[in-house]
Amino acid sequence: MSVIVLTLIILVGAYFAGLLGSLTGLGGGFIIIPLLTLGLHVNIHYAIGASLVSVIATSSGSAAAYVKEGITNIRIGMFLEIATTIGALAGAMLAMHVQTHVIAVIFGLILAFSAFMSFIKKVEVINAEGSAAATTLRLNGTFPTADGPVKYGVHNVGGGFFMMVFAGMISGLLGIGSGALKVLAMDTIMRIPFKVSTTTSNFMIGVTAAASAVVYLQRGYIDPGLSMPVVVGVLLGALSGSKILVHTKSSGWLRWVFTIVVGILAFQMIYNGITGKI
Amino acid sequence: MAAQPNFKDKDMQVIIGWVLRLGVIVSMAVVFFGGALYLYRHGHSITDYSVFKGVPDFVNPSGIINGILAFRGRAIIQAGIILLVATPVLRILCSAIGFILEKDWLYTAITILVLLIIFISMLTGHAG
Repeated sequence: MSVIVLTLIILVGAYFAGLLGSLTGLGGGFIIIPLLTLGLHVNIHYAIGASLVSVIATSSGSAAAYVKEGITNIRIGMFLEIATTIGALAGAMLAMHVQTHVIAVIFGLILAFSAFMSFIKKVEVINAEGSAAATTLRLNGTFPTADGPVKYGVHNVGGGFFMMVFAGMISGLLGIGSGALKVLAMDTIMRIPFKVSTTTSNFMIGVTAAASAVVYLQRGYIDPGLSMPVVVGVLLGALSGSKILVHTKSSGWLRWVFTIVVGILAFQMIYNGITGKI
Repeated sequence: MAAQPNFKDKDMQVIIGWVLRLGVIVSMAVVFFGGALYLYRHGHSITDYSVFKGVPDFVNPSGIINGILAFRGRAIIQAGIILLVATPVLRILCSAIGFILEKDWLYTAITILVLLIIFISMLTGHAG
């Protein structure tokens, strides 16, 4: 295939990946990696490298907007980034040694899990008192609401930290933001309010991806010719997605379309991984 | 404002927001420019990404600089990607300075630890 045709196909695909990733909150990596590997037969390491770059672009772009609103908890983010960067380093090292079809199977499983998690209705309990460890680390904070700032306390810091090491590892291994795992660690384990956990997760994704991107970059897994349309497309798609989100509340049919798409992609990745085609 | 000498979390958030936005805009502009050049020059060559081809020339700084001087599209894209990867790292650096100004030594240490981990990642990329 000629460079120009391939670039245009990837650009369009990456645009829709970014759009869907932004609308569903899962991130563009989940769609772009199957598209590149299954659809265009790109080596999975190249696909992961390109996806990591796009993850940094989208998360930095949206984090810039959230941080100014004062919802992001920079201390929680900074503290948990110790865990995610250690995990990301381990994940990137692991990716260099694990066979490609094993990566494909793990990718399919995490994809299915993340889609499932986005469907579960979670109950939010805001408790102003944090645990002793959270108080020592000054993780407790406030976030702005219509009725003025609301205080929240952070719990189970150790459990959340451990989960973040895992989230970072998955991010480094698969080239995704692993936002679903980060949010799981923050709102289910540490009981941080949703608004704070989603924006803080977004804030951390860029740093986590950067920690593994430096490894991929030096191993030659980030190819400029391939990464260029991926990063441009995903970023533009994510921008459109955030514009749409402002105007409409997440509609029911969109969730179903998304679940079907993700289900097929997850199955395809696992199937092709097991049969050794990836 | 002059009466309030201490640097607040709010100031840090504004600065971080700007660093992130500027980093993305600048690096994307570089990637876009390099991409246009690459397509103009090599748009009709045949490419294949199905097999890993090993480390390209422009991974080390001298390779990238030589590539940019030779006006090679791929080297310019790579420079843009490196700027993009550096953006979150720069953000941590700003946080570190912010925590020092706030005299928050615990978080200064935490921030430096994160920088150290990323630095170690850079070193492991070279080994083996």
